[in-house]
Amino acid sequence: MATAVMTSLNPASRAAARGMSDLSIRNLFIIPTILFLIVFNIFPLLYSLYYSFTDFRASTNAAGNFVGLQNYRELLNDPFIWSNFAITAKYVIVSVTGQVLVGFGVALLLNRHIPFKGLLTTLLLLPMMLSMAVVGLFWKLLYDPSFGIINYALGLGTFEWLANPDMALYAVAITDIWMWSPFVMLLSLAGLSAVPKHLYEAAAIDRAGSFYTFFRITLPLVAPILMIAIIFRTMEAFKTFDLAYILTSQPTTEVISIRLYKMAFQEWQTGRSCALAYIVLIMVIAITNIYVKYLNKVKER
Amino acid sequence: MAAVRTSGEIALNRLAIVGVLIVTLIFLAPIYWIASTAFKPRNLATTIPPTVVFEPEISPFVKLFTKRSQIRQAPTPEVYEAAPWWERMIYDGGEKVVRSGRGEVQLSGYPSRFMNSLIVAITSTVLAVGMGTFTAYGFSRFKVKGEADLLFFILSTRMLPPVVVAIPMFLMYRAVGLNDTHWGLIILYTAFNLSFSVWLMKGFIDEIPKEYEEAALVDGYTRMEAFFKIVLPEAATGIAATAVFCFITAWNEYAFALIMTNRRAQTAPPFIPSQVGSGLPDWTVIAAGTFLFLLPVAIFTFLLRNHLLRGMSFGAIRK
Repeated sequence: MATAVMTSLNPASRAAARGMSDLSIRNLFIIPTILFLIVFNIFPLLYSLYYSFTDFRASTNAAGNFVGLQNYRELLNDPFIWSNFAITAKYVIVSVTGQVLVGFGVALLLNRHIPFKGLLTTLLLLPMMLSMAVVGLFWKLLYDPSFGIINYALGLGTFEWLANPDMALYAVAITDIWMWSPFVMLLSLAGLSAVPKHLYEAAAIDRAGSFYTFFRITLPLVAPILMIAIIFRTMEAFKTFDLAYILTSQPTTEVISIRLYKMAFQEWQTGRSCALAYIVLIMVIAITNIYVKYLNKVKER
Repeated sequence: MAAVRTSGEIALNRLAIVGVLIVTLIFLAPIYWIASTAFKPRNLATTIPPTVVFEPEISPFVKLFTKRSQIRQAPTPEVYEAAPWWERMIYDGGEKVVRSGRGEVQLSGYPSRFMNSLIVAITSTVLAVGMGTFTAYGFSRFKVKGEADLLFFILSTRMLPPVVVAIPMFLMYRAVGLNDTHWGLIILYTAFNLSFSVWLMKGFIDEIPKEYEEAALVDGYTRMEAFFKIVLPEAATGIAATAVFCFITAWNEYAFALIMTNRRAQTAPPFIPSQVGSGLPDWTVIAAGTFLFLLPVAIFTFLLRNHLLRGMSFGAIRK
């Protein structure tokens, strides 16, 4: 290891030698964090891997029986679980698409000569700083069919948002878009400001249309950072729990996290829920990998 | 964008300004609605058309902090006169304050939940940023075997859905008696924020020139002294930005708090929704609780706006 600095004749290292060695400082700084994360992240995962092979129920004190792959087999053959995944996928697609369109759109607008740009950007960031659960609760009032301000502002009369099974998922997605478009906007702004100005000047000299400029210069150069925003938002949307759980209790909004929560803490099927948690985990890892591969491709271009 | 030149460009720019203003208004409307509802008398909270102009009241906050019950019979004039002004306000709303046997005013659950949120969020932020800064320095300045893998491992701990980790954590906590304790949540939030803190701080520390410490080492400082006296002050901005992010995450967390606490250590995010109950909820009280809860984060966001913008886009730009 390159920490054999003690032997070097560098005066700096000789002075440092009076105190702790670089090697021990490095270990002191890094090892506690790694240990902490192993104990509180890796160990629980191994623990639940074990439980996923049992029929353990946390509501009783009886130790579970080892049932092998039975939990996994049953879950993968359960059409209700697959419908939960389908709902989650629909939710992810709707809300991430919405966030990218709104967020990137606002970033394009903000990237012009806007007075009070800093203040407006900060104000636009507010929604994502707030608590999803607490804000979600309040959106219930905004969505209320008889006295909600959304129906009043849009002139929708007594349109049902949350009690309507077909609409509820979109209502949750709209709230999510409100909260997280600012995140996409922020990353897009960072990407847009990094596009070299001379490219636009060159395009202007060539009398390139704004359409051409956007698709040939802006979009390709912002694509990698936009991709990072999409990765983050997809992961978060896939994990969604609070917003959907607080806003409605429709079967059509039961995303996989809610199913998992109910299975674990309401039905107390601990072993089964651990198995489901593992299925979710494997999916998250798979999706992340696909995205990262795609990101690298986008970057290479 | 290139400088505005043609008249078409100027018109386009005007359009952009109008667009940005409209979007900002739409995005802020729900927050404005929470804030204004928190100061409304109860009967104006759910009117159609919505009440925009009204005389602000603080009765929602009085109700938020006190334990109340429905009045069965209207108070006699003597009782009404003898009551302090804020209790009269509650009488007017059809409720009365609950007092203990010794006549002491009973507080609602909100103040203690708010305190729990403060204790848990502040402690876990200090721990996560502290450990994160040390670790980031370690990765930034020393050679570490498998550095990229270790950093990826640290980041990967953040990819898990909270509910997945919550099941085994719940069992572990129950076994060691950490359920429904402040420390239980503090440890969880620290673990959750640590990865983020390491990554963000590494970005900031990488930007501080190594020469600063080397100069200090030549001057006879030990490595530790150089770290505390040279690197830490230079990294102060980064530490502040990281701390705000960690605080916001811990302050707003819901799923773990819902699962791991029920009474003693419960924070506000699971508590406020649980107060809605059945029947007609008093939205002014919910708005007051929401407003107070959002206030610290809104103030933070505004005070540290410049660092936030930098900190948030940092990791993404550098990659």
